[in-house]
Amino acid sequence: MTGGGDNRARLLALYGTMCRIRAFEETALAAHKAGEIPGPLHVSIGQEAVAAGTCLNLRRDDRITSNHRGHGHAIAKGAGIQGMMEELFGRAGGHCRGKGGSMHIADFSVGMLGANGVVAGGIPIAVGAAQGLRLLGSDAIVACFFGDGAINRGPFLEGLNWAALYTLPVLFVCEDNGVAAFTRAESVTAGPGIAARAEALGVPATSVDGNDAAAVDQAAARLVAEIRGGAGPRLLHARTYRLMGHTSTDPAAWRDAAEVAAAHEEEPLARLRARLLEEGVPDKALGALEGDAQAEMQEARARALAAPWPDPAIAWDDVQDAGAVTETA
Amino acid sequence: MPEVTLVEAARLAALQEMRADPRIWVLGEDVARGGLFGQYRGFLSEFGAQRIVSTPISESTIMGAGLGAALVGTRPIIEMRIFDFAMCAMDELINQIAKIRYMFGGQAKPALVVRMPHGIWRNSAAQHSQTLEGWFAHVPGLVVCVPSTPADTAGLLVQAIRSDDPVLFFDPKNLFPLKGEVAERIAPIPFGVARTAREGSDLTIVTWSAIVPAVEDAAGMLAARGISAEVLDLRTLWPWDEAAVMASAARTRRLLVVHEAVTAGGFGAEILARATEALGPGALRAVGRLGQPRVPVPFAPPLEDALKPDAAKVVAAAEALMAR
Repeated sequence: MTGGGDNRARLLALYGTMCRIRAFEETALAAHKAGEIPGPLHVSIGQEAVAAGTCLNLRRDDRITSNHRGHGHAIAKGAGIQGMMEELFGRAGGHCRGKGGSMHIADFSVGMLGANGVVAGGIPIAVGAAQGLRLLGSDAIVACFFGDGAINRGPFLEGLNWAALYTLPVLFVCEDNGVAAFTRAESVTAGPGIAARAEALGVPATSVDGNDAAAVDQAAARLVAEIRGGAGPRLLHARTYRLMGHTSTDPAAWRDAAEVAAAHEEEPLARLRARLLEEGVPDKALGALEGDAQAEMQEARARALAAPWPDPAIAWDDVQDAGAVTETA
Repeated sequence: MPEVTLVEAARLAALQEMRADPRIWVLGEDVARGGLFGQYRGFLSEFGAQRIVSTPISESTIMGAGLGAALVGTRPIIEMRIFDFAMCAMDELINQIAKIRYMFGGQAKPALVVRMPHGIWRNSAAQHSQTLEGWFAHVPGLVVCVPSTPADTAGLLVQAIRSDDPVLFFDPKNLFPLKGEVAERIAPIPFGVARTAREGSDLTIVTWSAIVPAVEDAAGMLAARGISAEVLDLRTLWPWDEAAVMASAARTRRLLVVHEAVTAGGFGAEILARATEALGPGALRAVGRLGQPRVPVPFAPPLEDALKPDAAKVVAAAEALMAR
């Protein structure tokens, strides 16, 4: 980061991305409630700064892997909004032609190698992608998003050890929202914590306030530079808060109302907005960003609702080449 | 044509393909040392440590990293050492590898081979002897190779490496010393084409993988007793050569499936079910299956021998079919 003007532009870029993520998630929630989106829906409201701050430091040819709460990661990496919305709606124009849905959004055209319905499922894929990129002579890196629940699965241990062993260009991003589905992470996680676990596996770790977009951006910038410089993997531990329930239909009523209210006080969009106002950005300019994001997502929803369903015949496509089953009965 | 062992045939096939395509690489435990069975002997010096990667004992990540590397355009050969260890990587294989092309609407084809030496071998007991290939034929998205000869192993491995599908390659580890001719230039063998190991007219025996030599021995013993058995080695379980099986069974009207796997729920059941559907319930005079009982593979030689299908059991099963 250089001068104040550059810094302000960077903060505005972060805010714009975060507004788009928030608006996408709010729109998707409303559409799900209205019965327009089938199946389960996991939104990332409250966690937008982690996705935005990390991906602002990635190139288009860098890759990411994501998890079941992955809309924000995809948007921050540049995935097409209409393709995402139509995928949620199960329409033919979705990135996955309606075959994946919310939990399996991928947009390979921007290096988004896929959300994942299995906790920690993206970790081995990310380290392998990094290994493959090196073999191909690319200097692209891989960012791997997962939650605090993933650190209790074997692939976390295996994947971090592996990445450190082969000095792979991977940025592990642990979005620590403190809750694994319906269970407080601290009640199921022994030991001194995420960063210490990573360090024990040979992966240097940095912990940040994941609701402070500028802090995430600065930490990610440093770690990405180290990784691109050949230093090997790094872990970014970003503490955040999942403002909504596990799924769109989960009210998360077990949480203390005072805790949730306090979390709203700390939520990342409000904080970044206040900071931008302090930096002298006019309220009107921020309002325009917010309005644009809402309008973009409302339009995407309306277009998705009117978009064609997939032809049932494509249910048979893209299983495999050899031994593909083609009969439609 | 030079005569080589089955494991050497596999080594030559991988060597040929890796020399032709720099995107192909191998990852797995001890592969840089040549692999547990010598199937990668000499690869490290020729291809270097970036392309022949000895890994930690981290099966989930061996499998999953292979997938990730395939998604960015390399063509990994994922070596699982012994099939049974692939159980530690079922999420990566079943939830990820098998689904990813479909689930992402065709955005990526994970071109990878998973090599899994399987089957009963040197009294290795219940966790090193399994034959569960039928499970994987049940999973959409996967190709299942089950060769039994050096030439078929080489040709199918070349095909597997060139395929854009994820291919499960079940090396028949008990047959690794088996010798046979392999061409200097190994041509790919298409998936889904059975090999007629022996022609016959009285009954059709469908089989695959490590049990094939025992079935061929049995066919010889049956011939001496005046029974002409046709032996079809399927070579791949998915896709499988339904046309060849149906044509032979329609002719002999007796169909016996022999596999090393447990009989109950095995792929033999699928074959007989399809034969009934395709040929009609009255088309065949007799059908049967021979496999292991639904018991884990035991250690002690007399116990293992008691459960494992062998030539004498095949002869008995065939004669029982002929009596009907």
